[in-house]
Amino acid sequence: MATHQATEAAPNTGAESLGVTNGKIGMWTFLVMDAMTFAGFLAGYARLRWSPESGWPNPYTEFGVIGIQLTAFNTFVLICSSVSMVHVLSETIRGNMDRARKWMLATIIGGLIFVGIQGYEWTHLILDKWPYLVGGEGVDYNTNFASTFLSLTGFHGLHVSVGVIYNLIIYLGMKRGKIGKHNSSIIEIAGLYWHFVDLIWILVFTFVYLI
Amino acid sequence: MGTHSKYGYLSPLTDKASKSALHYVKEWFYTTDAKRIGVMYTLFGLMMGFLGGVLSILIRLELVQAGPDFMNAEFYATLPGMHASLMIFFFIIPLFTGVGNFIVPVQVGAPDMAFPKLNLVGFWLLPPAALMAISSYFLTAPGFGWTGYPPLSNSIYSPQLGADLWIMAVIIVGTSSTMAAVNFLATVFNMRCKNMTFFQMPLFTWSVVVTSFLILASTPVLTSALLMLQLERTFPGAFQFFAPEGGGDPILYQHLFWFYSHPAVYIMILPGFGMINEIIPTFSRKPIFGYAVMAWSMAAIAVLGFVVWAHHMFTTGIALKVRVGFMFLTMLIAVPTGIKIFSWLATLWGGSLKFDTPMLYSLGFLAMFTIGGLSGVVLASVPVDIELHDTYYVVAHIHYVLVAGSVMTIFAGLYYWFPKMTGRMYNEMLGKVHFWLTAIFINVTFFGMHYMGVKGMPRRYFDYDPQFEMLNVVSSVGSFVLFAAQFIWVFNFLWSLKYGKEVGKNPWKDGTHLEWHTTSPPQHHNFPEPPVWTPIVRHHGPHREADELTEPVPAE
Repeated sequence: MATHQATEAAPNTGAESLGVTNGKIGMWTFLVMDAMTFAGFLAGYARLRWSPESGWPNPYTEFGVIGIQLTAFNTFVLICSSVSMVHVLSETIRGNMDRARKWMLATIIGGLIFVGIQGYEWTHLILDKWPYLVGGEGVDYNTNFASTFLSLTGFHGLHVSVGVIYNLIIYLGMKRGKIGKHNSSIIEIAGLYWHFVDLIWILVFTFVYLI
Repeated sequence: MGTHSKYGYLSPLTDKASKSALHYVKEWFYTTDAKRIGVMYTLFGLMMGFLGGVLSILIRLELVQAGPDFMNAEFYATLPGMHASLMIFFFIIPLFTGVGNFIVPVQVGAPDMAFPKLNLVGFWLLPPAALMAISSYFLTAPGFGWTGYPPLSNSIYSPQLGADLWIMAVIIVGTSSTMAAVNFLATVFNMRCKNMTFFQMPLFTWSVVVTSFLILASTPVLTSALLMLQLERTFPGAFQFFAPEGGGDPILYQHLFWFYSHPAVYIMILPGFGMINEIIPTFSRKPIFGYAVMAWSMAAIAVLGFVVWAHHMFTTGIALKVRVGFMFLTMLIAVPTGIKIFSWLATLWGGSLKFDTPMLYSLGFLAMFTIGGLSGVVLASVPVDIELHDTYYVVAHIHYVLVAGSVMTIFAGLYYWFPKMTGRMYNEMLGKVHFWLTAIFINVTFFGMHYMGVKGMPRRYFDYDPQFEMLNVVSSVGSFVLFAAQFIWVFNFLWSLKYGKEVGKNPWKDGTHLEWHTTSPPQHHNFPEPPVWTPIVRHHGPHREADELTEPVPAE
């Protein structure tokens, strides 16, 4: 009779027909799905914005004291963290785990800066610009603009936060020696997620802030 | 891997000494074996199907005669939506996922799914979601139908907590089904046994692949729409997506909703097509006619399924040019579907047919799904749809597609694989009685609805004009018998589980795919050794003898 251990021990002994790990295919398919969720939100944004009566404010001027420059800087930080993620993988493949860990730390810090700046931006917008969101005085403002802004950037911010936690788990695994050259695909898969989040941000940034 | 018991994956995993009933239950609830998870999915789906059936019986009870009979209008308004939600989100879709979980890894010669733990999580998301949806009956259930159109579903018109629960439940179900889709794709892409190319895969596996792509691309869009709706409900005034008074667009919701829910009808029928693709060749003792065309037509249906959603919105005032475009694309779907129907007929042609219960269900499906398909072409036409929109004609159409289509294929599949899943044969006599009662009373229940719809009886209404009374009585009586007939099947399967004749590897003698080359029921990890597929040469002679069947060669 099969033992319990036999069932739990990695049952994925089947041939890898495509020559890549299951995890990679899983992540790619997950990202297709996630892209479609963003597509839904972006479609909502597009419909609400490009209707004749939308009265959309000019986003470039609407962000007030913090300005769009802060978000542009934030975008730069996020793209840099994507670059450092590439270094994590390449150093891991070369076996320089010390350097790989440092790059991973840089990636995590980049993600944290991004979420932090976004939190600052949200606080500013909600308290100063859209006080009705927190029960304050009603102002004459385009609620569709606020809704799509908050839902799109909020959903993206959630992704970055998840990514930071994901990277942190990988970092701890690297520190304990559980993740290294022999299983670099784990880092590759985390990298796929992180690059995807950055890519989506380019879209969100372009749509919500620039156009 | 240990030795194999005759109970296969059903047998307890640990030694008898430490075995207790609770332990055995835990072994099932924490299992990562795709077959056990598949069985749990199936049982869960069937329970939800039963509940959905009970709700439909309440609907039909109320509609036996004109005027209020058993319930008030508020309660009645919750029934159609909850019936549809249970049947669609909790019965048909999980049931196909369940059968897929059981059969797909075996058919591709894999020991398990690619992500066994994700598989278990995906299943365990469903019971809480179902509890949330059903518990809304104790907290004033939502009365806005299964579509949840705003503004009816926003916080002004549906302030009750039940509506929030329903929305969150549907989001969770969507998450569960995307998890399953990711898992199926990784399994099929990457864990096929040696020598099995994509075009050597069984067509049921093909159908699950195509369905998984549909789920991946469409379900998240529904999730985004429901998240927006929930934000608008929770923070009214702050979030304005759909409320017209806040500058929102209720039609936007419909676009997003149908971008999922139109492909969802294919999510609910393509695995059924896949099952029919397995059953008809087996019981015709011929290979499937046009294997590659069958696979490509499923892909074509999936692609077309994404570009026809607006045919649900012909009456919302979208531009006529847009409507005509969607009408054309919708009618185009009849082409790949027709290809499939004719390929099945060509498979039957000249075969030496055996009329066991799965085959009867397949033939019943062929006949009745065609009716559903034809009424779909009728509804696709813009002027006709404007006339028939939200009448019982639509109800008739959807039930011919989902009951005479999906549910018949589910029965076909469950009878077909019952010996494989349990190691025992069901009672053929009872199976045939079940089939004939089901097939006849599906028509008694739903056929008259075409006529009611054409005459103008609106759907989801609590009351109706007395001229429709006779047809409603027929329909209600039909539904009662249809519901009662299902207990024959429940009895048959329960009885056979204990007293059915034990079967060998290939009880139908003509099953060609890998699941018929492993023990019944299959062991944990499906095969004693990784199988090697011997490609089938699909020739179309009069029939194939059982001994001509290809067998997988054990690996060296």
